[in-house]
Amino acid sequence: MVIQGGPVIFNTLHLAEPWKLATYESAGGYAALKKILAENIPAEAIINEVKTSALRGRGGAGFPTGLKWSFMPRQFPGDKYIVCNSDEGEPGTFKDRDIMRYNPHALIEGMIIAGYTLGAKAGYNYIHGEIWDIYEGMERAVEEARAAGYLGDNILGSGFSFNLHNHHGYGAYICGEETALLESIEGKKGQPRFKPPFPASFGLYGKPTTINNTETLASIPYIMREGGQKFLELGKPNNGGTKLFSISGHVEKPGNYEVPLGTPFAKLLEMAGGVKGGRKLKAVIPGGSSAPVLPGEIMMDCTLDFDSIAKAGSMLGSGAVIVMDETVCMVRALERLSYFYFEESCGQCTPCREGTGWMYRVVHRIEHGQGRPEDLELLDSVAANIAGRTICALGDAAAMPVQGMLKHYRNEFEHHIEHKKCMV
Amino acid sequence: MGLNVEIDGRQIEVEPGTTVMDAANKLGIYIPHFCYHKKLSIAANCRMCLVQVEKAPKPLPACATPVSDGMKVMTRSDYAIQAQKGVMEFLLINHPLDCPICDQGGECQLQDLAVGYGSSSSRYAEPKRVVVEKNLGSLIATDMTRCIHCTRCVRFGQEIAGIMEMGQAFRGEHAEIMPFIDKTIDSELSGNIIDLCPVGALTSKPFRYSARNWELSRRKGVSPHDSLGSNLQIQVKNGRVMRVLPLDNEDINECWLSDRDRFSYEGLNSDERLTRPMVKENGQWVEADWQAALSLVASRLREIQVHHGADEIGALASPMQTVEELYLLQKLMRALGSGNIDHRLRQSDFRLDAQAHGAFWLGMNIADLSRLDRFLVVGSTLRKDHPLLALRLRHAVRWGAGMNLINPVVEDYLCKVANKAIVSPDGMVGALAALVRALAEIKGEAVPAVAGTAEVTPGAEFNNIRAIAESMAGGEKKGIFIGNLAQHHPRFAEMATLAQEAARLCGAQWGVLGDSGNGVGAIAAGAIPGRAALGRQGVAGLNAAEMLAAPRKAVILLGAEPEYDCHDPQAALAAMKQAEFVVALSPYKHGALDYADVLLPISPFTETSGTFVNIEGRIQSFNGAVKPLGETRPAWKVLRVLGNLLNLPGFEQDSSEAVRAEALGPDAQAHVCKLLDNRIEPVAVSLAVSDKLERIGEVPIYQIDPVVRRATALQRTADAAPPIARASGLLLEKLGLGSGGMAVIRQGQGSLVIRIERDDCLPANCVRLPGAHAVTAGLGPLFGELSVEPA
Repeated sequence: MVIQGGPVIFNTLHLAEPWKLATYESAGGYAALKKILAENIPAEAIINEVKTSALRGRGGAGFPTGLKWSFMPRQFPGDKYIVCNSDEGEPGTFKDRDIMRYNPHALIEGMIIAGYTLGAKAGYNYIHGEIWDIYEGMERAVEEARAAGYLGDNILGSGFSFNLHNHHGYGAYICGEETALLESIEGKKGQPRFKPPFPASFGLYGKPTTINNTETLASIPYIMREGGQKFLELGKPNNGGTKLFSISGHVEKPGNYEVPLGTPFAKLLEMAGGVKGGRKLKAVIPGGSSAPVLPGEIMMDCTLDFDSIAKAGSMLGSGAVIVMDETVCMVRALERLSYFYFEESCGQCTPCREGTGWMYRVVHRIEHGQGRPEDLELLDSVAANIAGRTICALGDAAAMPVQGMLKHYRNEFEHHIEHKKCMV
Repeated sequence: MGLNVEIDGRQIEVEPGTTVMDAANKLGIYIPHFCYHKKLSIAANCRMCLVQVEKAPKPLPACATPVSDGMKVMTRSDYAIQAQKGVMEFLLINHPLDCPICDQGGECQLQDLAVGYGSSSSRYAEPKRVVVEKNLGSLIATDMTRCIHCTRCVRFGQEIAGIMEMGQAFRGEHAEIMPFIDKTIDSELSGNIIDLCPVGALTSKPFRYSARNWELSRRKGVSPHDSLGSNLQIQVKNGRVMRVLPLDNEDINECWLSDRDRFSYEGLNSDERLTRPMVKENGQWVEADWQAALSLVASRLREIQVHHGADEIGALASPMQTVEELYLLQKLMRALGSGNIDHRLRQSDFRLDAQAHGAFWLGMNIADLSRLDRFLVVGSTLRKDHPLLALRLRHAVRWGAGMNLINPVVEDYLCKVANKAIVSPDGMVGALAALVRALAEIKGEAVPAVAGTAEVTPGAEFNNIRAIAESMAGGEKKGIFIGNLAQHHPRFAEMATLAQEAARLCGAQWGVLGDSGNGVGAIAAGAIPGRAALGRQGVAGLNAAEMLAAPRKAVILLGAEPEYDCHDPQAALAAMKQAEFVVALSPYKHGALDYADVLLPISPFTETSGTFVNIEGRIQSFNGAVKPLGETRPAWKVLRVLGNLLNLPGFEQDSSEAVRAEALGPDAQAHVCKLLDNRIEPVAVSLAVSDKLERIGEVPIYQIDPVVRRATALQRTADAAPPIARASGLLLEKLGLGSGGMAVIRQGQGSLVIRIERDDCLPANCVRLPGAHAVTAGLGPLFGELSVEPA
């Protein structure tokens, strides 16, 4: 697997032992924190800097981070929390684990700055259960930071105190949904809460809480060190900075690539060595398995940023680019995707609990030569009855792949139903 | 400032924080729903209440969407209906649709709404989900395949019953609502989840397959099993009580029922029911007609009155009898010239009879319990004695009230207990005296003389009492409540004296929780020595304990089973056996078969009209729900005719209403309210502590009265398990006993061999051994000295 470094996230990658505190400091790490604490920079100024940077949430939704931070009732007396969502469970996404593996201190510094800005004295980093070595690595990094005085009481003599706790889940996809994640930290069953109230007013243990993705928080030190404007200029307007793209599927060199937002997809594909075996590009899922699939020719005209992909009818999401070549049967691909959402639905609310299994079974039937002519209409209808009707976004995530596939590859499904076998 | 919202074209102004569901309810607009329930937290998981909101990009759940100013909601637009129908389709795809064999059929929310929102055929052609049944115990039947995962039962446990006995395990389509593995549902409020379940997943086990909802007539009733007086919907088919459900009454039971009130009806249909009068002829029981039986009773009573004096006649009445019955009984007794009548069969201290001004009551309204800031409970197995009062108090604690306890036992109260002092039953007097001293000190007042001056050695117990005093000194709304353990204790009068003093010092109301369904009504009816109806001076006489200590020659039992219902069953049985003539008015054939001479079948509470007065003094009259079984007659009619046969004046009433009017006067509620009075003249308090081994004898939840004792499903619950003895590890060691070993326990003339278990929460010199059970009926008083040795 290839890891392509960049200025923001993987800025220590070219150095020996990039995960070490000393390495990070040698690359300018913790300078931003020191400056903020020494100069007692007001929270508004930090939030403004983040707004200037046009940093958008890297977990999938692309919500402007500065705006999210401004929702936090910072003056609220009492406990507040900053939570890092490192529960990346979206099929195709594998960037956050490499951030924690190769540059954990960028995340730690980002969380401390966030804690300082938002008035939180404690932060939780929720890591999904399958990557135990990463969790242990994070524990070592937190220990290093604590020993160096970056974490704990009265950080660097500033009077500001902040503690960071790594918390590992047990591998439920739903715990990546921010309120299910909070429930899980609280020791309860990982099930999303209905909103409102939003976590900014009623979050972890009922206290105001801000939840950001690992990559989002790991981008903060660069923004505060180099300035929001410089970060913005790395990317394009409204899509500041570089972004990690986890490219997988039928490419020669799958891996994590830190490239500026707005990079043409064609360029990323080229960096990844092109389509495997020189075969023809068929389709791309541009933002993790829940993003609607886009045909290769549409994708080749897209740049990799939130706005461009949205315009093409899909989502940049978490930046998990799944490349499919001409040998892929789209019915089979959808069967696998639908199975995932069926398996991972938490079962709390009706449309998702009942609908995900229904969709999977219908697609499964079609794939196995037992499709019926009315099945495609049924799938359209079931997907529409799930989307937008559930407590959390998992319902949408389950519906979108179905809707995307049926939009662009309906003929393959019809062929399957009629001829009881693949087109490809 | 109100928010203006438009729902289906109609305007309403509501408070901020109101949900669309609440606002629609106010307008009388029904929005279909399953998981929403007015008493439970919002879950928003069924999605049935999706409605269209102008400018919202997707349909929103009405139950969880707060109203905003200028909001426009459409609950019946094509868009909303399409969303609701979509959800209904999802709910039904895995539902078995087995309505014809489902007990919920006809009273099923899913069935009802499926008519409006379902389709006549299903688009779902895949295999359906099947869920394995769960064993929830003897009260609740499951068909979990029908479950729609609304989590009402789960939330009820967490939020109302106080214990999470149900939860959702697994995820997605495999999600199941279930109890902890291999656990049954043992909460004393468990039956409410049957009502809450909107489908046929949780149904009543005793009622199962016995009737269809539309075959049942509904009659109002009042429960006699505890002092709350829960309002009942008694459901009847072919003259038989088939089921009991709660009748909403926000002031009393809200929409809940304790399991005892809900399932006791099985006792009404017991095989032990007495259906014809019976008389003993030459030592053999023979059935008789009413005329003959009553004539015999009249002549025997007259005979004893003439030959031995009226004072040789005594009457023991169960406090679950109606005001009318108790009134006529005392009238009959006093007309015969005897004042020997009592209903306080489990009480052992009657010193307050001369000191009280009226009838003891709660000291406040039941609904006020939920709003207390601080309270102290003295001597109570609270949850088991008063399931729904405990719920109210738990509610108060949830909202921040400080709960304090002076108690001989530790229960799981399912809420935070601020402070507790665990002392021997006898030691509760000393603890209350210490509390009074501490409160006086906090208030800077002189220590009242009743509380003594004894210096308490600072220690754990002292600190606890001090903490209770500090807690009770704060707060605005406060209560001190005497529970059943204290009320039955031989030093009740001293505890009440001190409770009154403590309440005065901290500005609290004090009262009793009440050990029976109609205790206040019995006093109002005059079924107590020395005081006739409404507290008027009555013929003086012996109280319950005195009648047993000095057995009468003739005894009238009204609903009571002395071998279970008295403080000292041993003495009670001896007194019955010693009597020349015992007439038992009872719905059941019971122990009286051994000692009585005449058995008269009387109606239990569902077969007669009558009146109960609950612990807040509320008068609740009711009609009979079913006809009396066989030749059973309402006791008021029996007593009225007996009065006629004895040629006593004033037995001409032709309805229970007439009896009530005579007993309580035209403005009954006002008269009863005037009677409610907890003021007492203090009795002398002794601070001496007994060093004898003391029994803690509570009355178990499902042994409280004759009906409950015969309710078969309740008798199979964990709470109805045969009693065992418990003692602290220290005491067991001293006695040379191991935990779980067998012990010989002796009390008075009786003894039994019983398993004894270690319970280190118990005070040092105490053995906890419940009464009112066949196992322990041979022993002596509920409280008092006993001896224990290895078997």
